[in-house]
Amino acid sequence: MYLVIFFIFGALCIGGALNLLLQRHPINSALSLIVVMTSLAVLYLLLGAEFLAAAQVIVYSGAIMVLFTFVIMLLNAGEEERTRGSRAAYLVGFPGVAALLGLLTCIFLSVRTPLGNAQLGGGTLVTTADLSRVLFRDLLLPFEVTSVLILVAILGAVALARKES
Amino acid sequence: MSPLLIYVLLSIVKIVVVLVILLMCVAYTVLLERKVVGRIQNRFGPSRVGPFGLLQPLADGLKLFLKEDIMPASVYRPLYILAPIIALACALLSIAVIPFGANIQFHGVDMFQIADLNIGLLVILGVTSIGVYGIALSGWSSNNKYSLLGSLRSSAQMVSYELALGLSLIGVVIRAESLSLRKIVDSQSAHGILSWNVFGGFQIVAFFIYLIAAYAETNRAPFDLVEAESELTGGYHTEYSSMKFAMFFMAEYANMITVGCVATLLFFGGWTSPFGNLLPTPHNIVIQALLPVFWFVLKVFFFVFLYIWVRGTTPRFRYDQLMGFGWKFLIPLAIANIVVAALIYAPR
Repeated sequence: MYLVIFFIFGALCIGGALNLLLQRHPINSALSLIVVMTSLAVLYLLLGAEFLAAAQVIVYSGAIMVLFTFVIMLLNAGEEERTRGSRAAYLVGFPGVAALLGLLTCIFLSVRTPLGNAQLGGGTLVTTADLSRVLFRDLLLPFEVTSVLILVAILGAVALARKES
Repeated sequence: MSPLLIYVLLSIVKIVVVLVILLMCVAYTVLLERKVVGRIQNRFGPSRVGPFGLLQPLADGLKLFLKEDIMPASVYRPLYILAPIIALACALLSIAVIPFGANIQFHGVDMFQIADLNIGLLVILGVTSIGVYGIALSGWSSNNKYSLLGSLRSSAQMVSYELALGLSLIGVVIRAESLSLRKIVDSQSAHGILSWNVFGGFQIVAFFIYLIAAYAETNRAPFDLVEAESELTGGYHTEYSSMKFAMFFMAEYANMITVGCVATLLFFGGWTSPFGNLLPTPHNIVIQALLPVFWFVLKVFFFVFLYIWVRGTTPRFRYDQLMGFGWKFLIPLAIANIVVAALIYAPR
């Protein structure tokens, strides 16, 4: 049962990712990215991380990708053009991706034990309470520092966007 | 029959029943709106089809179904077709996590809720945030200036008000210590109306923030700049006709009902009676099961009526006022509300 759902959404995820690369029109690519992110959320849910799944949908598919499509719609971006550079990317890209994939598979297989065992459906459920206990007690300082970092980034964006008076 | 088969069959029955009731409610909310707005404007509203115009939704549905489905030549076809489907699917999806009555098990299946999730509240927020795409894509794929302006306004508005909406719910979550909608209702069930979040939970400010933000999320008056007829002809659905138009229409009304349900669950005690334990528990088991559903429906009806009432009485915001109000007033207020709620519930 869990395995069937995993294969459906795993396939959807990879299909969306391939479609993202192959589509010429930016809005189709953006929509494929939404499919990828939403199916990732389902995969998180299968591994028992329910809060992470919901956050993935709300933050990535819901907020960030809306801004992406918003910008594409506002700029009315047309189809991408093929240049010599983009043809060269094919030649370098495919071997590069294959090498990266091999490397990552190798690393993940060799350090399997320290990463912990996540199981489809059978694993322990990471509830919202568990997650917040780690986030607000054990890792409080890094968490707060990250939020300050984001605040600085926002201030920087405001400073850059402000008109000269 | 095996337990699994019973479970699957009962779940399918539940889903079908809930969807049929929801779609009927959508149809009759449209009629209610036309009637009530008619009365507010000192006229009768539809009164010719059936007694009191009660068959009007049927006639409207038939009309929309039989109309010619026009597809303008310059639209971007795949997204033009996909957009109303996304809008309607997201509108119908969130009803799946809403509990309508007390937890009564029948063959191990919860009778008054399709799915009880630990993260029910987040699911509703997530589905709402996906729903933006229906409107955004419809405007872009129509290849029409009015549609594009309408959908740009809508996307900006929904992204802005989603923040205030999400922040306003945190006080409720702090009190219930859970994101499960059933547990949130249980946290308000002790003393009837006195322990509802809106009164006893000190969440009255949060309630009004939620209500305002939800009106903006569903693009209803006074936040209906998305389809402001006087400036944008029809807004994002200018180019849509027949059933595709009807799907947007159904999505809007289904969203109204969902907002009513969520407001009831989070702030008005869900299916609990306002009199708490003052009313005697009925002996008949069927009445005992259906009485909570009655309270729930009554509260949701109140919220749907409020929607229509507000639409009939308030003028539309100007766009800059809308954005200023959302970012400069609602969000700071919602953050202040979180601080106050945290201070109230911290000593426990």
